[in-house]
Amino acid sequence: MTVDPITLSVIQAGLQQACDEMDLSFSRAAFSPVIAEANDRSDGIYSATDGALIAQGAGGLPVFVGTMQHSTRVLIEMIAAGTVAAPQPDDIYIVNDPYLGGTHLMDVRFARPFYRNGKIFCWLSNTGHWPDTGGAVPGGFSASATSVEQEGLRLPPVRLFKQGVLDPEIYAIICSNIRVADQRIGDVKAQAAALMVGEERLNALLDRYGDDTVQKAIVELRDRAEAHMRSLIDEIPAGTYRSTAWIDSDGVVDAPLAIKLAITKTPGHLQFDFSQSSPPCLGPMNSVLATTLSSVYLAMRHIFPEVPISAGAFAPLEVLRPEGTFLDAHYPRPVSGCAAEVSQRIAEAVFAALVVPLPDRVTAAPAGTSGNFALGGFDPATGRDYVMYQLSGGGYGGNADHDGLSNGCSTIGISKAPPIEIMEQNFPVLYHKYALREGSGGSGRNRGGLGLEYEVELRRGTARASFVMDHGRFGPQGALGGQDGAPNEVRVLSAGQVHTPVHLSKEQDIALSAGDRVSVKTPGGGGFGDPADRDPDKTAEDRRLGRAD
Amino acid sequence: MTKDRVIGVDVGGTFTDLVTIDGETGAIKIAKTPTTLDNQAFGVINALDMADLDLGSVDLIVHGTTTTTNAVLERKLSKTGLITTAGFRDVLELGRRTRPQPYGMTGQFRPVIPRDLRLEVSQRMDATGAILTPLDERGVIQAVHDLLEAGCEALVIHFLHAYANPAHEQRAAEIAAEHWPNAFITMGHSLLSETREFERGVTAAVNGSVQPLLERYVTRLRNELGQKGYVGDILVMNGNGGMVSSRLVAREAAKTVMSGPASGVMAAAYTGRRAGETNLLTYDMGGTSTDVALIRDSTPSVSNEIEIEYAMPIHVPMVDVRTVGAGGGSIAYVDTAGLLQVGPASAGADPGPICYGKGGQRPTISDANMLLGRLNPGKLTAVAGGISRQQIAKIFATELGDAMGLDAQQSAEAVIRVANTKMAGAIRMVSLSLGADPRDFALFAFGGAGPLHAADLARELGVPRVLVPARPGMTNALGCVVADLRYDYVQTVNQPLGEGAVDRIQAEFAAQIAAGTAALAREAVTLKEVHQVFSVDMQFLGQSHVVRVPLATSTPTATELRQGFETVYWNRFKVELPDIRARIVNVNTSVIGISEPVDLSRLIDPAGRKTKLTVHERRPVVFDGTVHDTPIYWRDHLPRDAAFTGPAIVEQLDSTVVVPPGDHVTSGEDGNLIIHIGSAE
Repeated sequence: MTVDPITLSVIQAGLQQACDEMDLSFSRAAFSPVIAEANDRSDGIYSATDGALIAQGAGGLPVFVGTMQHSTRVLIEMIAAGTVAAPQPDDIYIVNDPYLGGTHLMDVRFARPFYRNGKIFCWLSNTGHWPDTGGAVPGGFSASATSVEQEGLRLPPVRLFKQGVLDPEIYAIICSNIRVADQRIGDVKAQAAALMVGEERLNALLDRYGDDTVQKAIVELRDRAEAHMRSLIDEIPAGTYRSTAWIDSDGVVDAPLAIKLAITKTPGHLQFDFSQSSPPCLGPMNSVLATTLSSVYLAMRHIFPEVPISAGAFAPLEVLRPEGTFLDAHYPRPVSGCAAEVSQRIAEAVFAALVVPLPDRVTAAPAGTSGNFALGGFDPATGRDYVMYQLSGGGYGGNADHDGLSNGCSTIGISKAPPIEIMEQNFPVLYHKYALREGSGGSGRNRGGLGLEYEVELRRGTARASFVMDHGRFGPQGALGGQDGAPNEVRVLSAGQVHTPVHLSKEQDIALSAGDRVSVKTPGGGGFGDPADRDPDKTAEDRRLGRAD
Repeated sequence: MTKDRVIGVDVGGTFTDLVTIDGETGAIKIAKTPTTLDNQAFGVINALDMADLDLGSVDLIVHGTTTTTNAVLERKLSKTGLITTAGFRDVLELGRRTRPQPYGMTGQFRPVIPRDLRLEVSQRMDATGAILTPLDERGVIQAVHDLLEAGCEALVIHFLHAYANPAHEQRAAEIAAEHWPNAFITMGHSLLSETREFERGVTAAVNGSVQPLLERYVTRLRNELGQKGYVGDILVMNGNGGMVSSRLVAREAAKTVMSGPASGVMAAAYTGRRAGETNLLTYDMGGTSTDVALIRDSTPSVSNEIEIEYAMPIHVPMVDVRTVGAGGGSIAYVDTAGLLQVGPASAGADPGPICYGKGGQRPTISDANMLLGRLNPGKLTAVAGGISRQQIAKIFATELGDAMGLDAQQSAEAVIRVANTKMAGAIRMVSLSLGADPRDFALFAFGGAGPLHAADLARELGVPRVLVPARPGMTNALGCVVADLRYDYVQTVNQPLGEGAVDRIQAEFAAQIAAGTAALAREAVTLKEVHQVFSVDMQFLGQSHVVRVPLATSTPTATELRQGFETVYWNRFKVELPDIRARIVNVNTSVIGISEPVDLSRLIDPAGRKTKLTVHERRPVVFDGTVHDTPIYWRDHLPRDAAFTGPAIVEQLDSTVVVPPGDHVTSGEDGNLIIHIGSAE
């Protein structure tokens, strides 16, 4: 017997609700501002047999779409192989190993088996970005790391909670290897409590509709999501669509990395071939396979947002394993840049390829960098060390309907930027400017959105500045005749000298003294369509408002 | 002045509603008339005419208006200029670097004040309020002249860190006042003295841009009513559920945004208190929106972090009303995966659902209710332009049924079931985000369509009881009648908890009490008593979210603060963190002037009630796939102690109450009906 379509809709809403409630619980109780304010976390439900994604919170960080199903699958396989201890009810595994279906080390995954009648019915899992997991630099984004050991503590799947009780020994090892460890207990408890919320809601759903019906509905929903995605894919004419997106450098060797993509459409199916991309790199701009896949999924979801997130939606998307490229990194390649930067460039490649057959759905390239500026130092006024992050937005690409949004968040994130006033409360810095970057949008029939421009001064003590950004060499690409957006610019004004990072958008540990300033200009979005076709009224308005020449 | 004869008049998106209560006899009159969008005052006058009142004998008119809400949402704003800190004029446009939706890289944003009207002057404070750069006073004068030249009618002065030290904003406002031709000058720190330059700035910018509109509107209304012999004051509802004199309201005009929904929640709190239901989830479903709020201990949740649309935060304390759906006009469709979806697209008020007969061709929730017999199909001929039930059924069958293998009736039931599941989920999310379990509450159903769905939603949520007030469709107007005067203050302090912090907090409370007392004294309303409500917003050091900790007095000790915080935190998150220090972020005081109580017992005219439960008519209504021959009762005819069991429908002019099989109805205070879920014998 199949499940009737109404019960299906209701169970779909119920599964979604359980995930949304996990998301809510996690971010409200979390300590890390990255989780609480920036929503750099995600919660979902995964198949007991292969970890396939059943449902995921609507407000989860986009780059985690699809990564947890890989990490859950790997965990299930390792348990089956006996390389990881078998679960008991109320256990929670912790894992952050990037090569076991992850992103970078800071994204810490928890996985909890969900039991019904003594058997594992499914897995609940979540990911939260911890502010630090040890390694060479506070925060983990070492622009010059050449192996994963320099990036932080790597945890294989271990049971951090055993039958509901936090294992103090494992926790002590973690705390001895990370910075600001005293606050992490708040995040650990919040992350575990969110999985409990999911368990309660799932139990309620199963009690009401019956395990068998829900199980059938899960299978049916997966099939339907797959059919839905196939029908949307069929809007694309058959053929092969190619694109290239460039990463400035890996942070160690000053040479650009190419993502070369060929997307081949056959009926109901898209094949993504990245095999011509650059080989693995020395620095931290490698991507692990799970992140590469997830980046393709999130790009497709930006294009077809109406398909619910589930493994079925990804089934028609065949990503050929890009072995031998930097998009399929193996131990011990450093990977800290994959979640924040490489993922966005992969999405840009997908957009650039598909804007041709889908001009009404796809935009020109967005700024596509998280604009990570980290400042670590000692504040003599408080007597404490600090680590400050300024993550910035940039312009979105123009599209068929309108100009790109100015100062939008990263393609892979949905987070809010912190207010300047809060930055100045918490850190010894003073901003002199925080403004739209005039003239930065790529021109086009609809121009790219504007980037951001800011200048910040160190007021007291000494500090070290690090930058992990991108699009410093080439601006975000225009589409269908539109121009590229303005590239990223970083300047350090120290002791009367102006310093430009050798790698333009990446450099680590630049020493600053009180009075020194950092100036950042983030990329504008790519333009869409021929600039000659632009409505003259819009050009005049841009001039009047100082947005463009 | 006691409230002898009070008129509450609320202007909504579709209707202008009026309730008047005679303080001596308790006699109540109501009127409902279409809203006049161009000038809401006409609708108000029409409603007064309909109620046939001698305005000379009216003591007080309390008014809820959507003038400012509509102006903001449609960006029909007065031309407003901004003077701000050098280097930061784009703060209002940069926002917090987000996008309108998680997926989809498109979207646009229009700042409240356009870039060419945002000017900078040299000045700077740091986060402690220390002056780093003095105010360039000549620069202020120049900017004022430039903005006047550009045709600005209102002025906003917004400097970084003014919450820590307002001296530059105050001085600049003083200078501007010498040149500005009117009183429409808003200082950024004046509405809410809280950290976060974008939110504070947008709040101030909204205030400036609606001040002239609101002032003109209330002046015109006062004149119109004056000509009709009214000599009393007009009070205007604020979004915090309090009211303020129309002579003062424009100064803090942003506070009137979203006042309509707040008004309904105040009426719910008041009605619930009289009925002994102090913990309520309010569920207000109309034609174009569905709003939910939480009331604990007869007190609605208030938030100063409301965002009324994408990147449009209005950070003044407001009743925390969350819009969770598009109302009866929500469109149902079958997606390409073959799954039935309801909303978020809406048929709106125009063309509206098919059953409105204004050309709507897409199936909606209202149409489904009509097909199932829950709404009176007899009304189709009365209101609709010749739309028949068969025509609606045909659209359901072809648009929905064919794709799912269902007939029209089954499709309509499916629409209701899916819509209820989604609404119940949304209500749960609201409730949980406020730290409450919905099962601990009763559902207060109002709006024209709230009572249609409430019993089903309550069942879905595990809520034991539904309270349906006497006049569900007039609740916002009733809120005007029962409202109190209310002034809220928020001051950011950012102090780690310790003895030094306690002194600072007590001093802030004292200043807030003084400000609130002075504000109440300016109002021309006699008060029964004055309440002061104190709270602090706290967090653990290292966190960015805060929780609100209620306080019994304005002189808490450090121990009381810590214990209060830990209790709230435990109740909310079930987490204890004894080793981490706490911080006090904001100090909040509400000074509430309680007005004389209003008697609601005659909301349904006792003379119209029958002595015995009388079935008005019977009609087939579908519940759970089965057609039930269902009694229809007329609300105004129900005996005072009516009790009956579902299936039943109760009809009244302003709403329809659905009682599914298995639920039991009893009568309560003030003409309320209580639906006991699943407790029919």
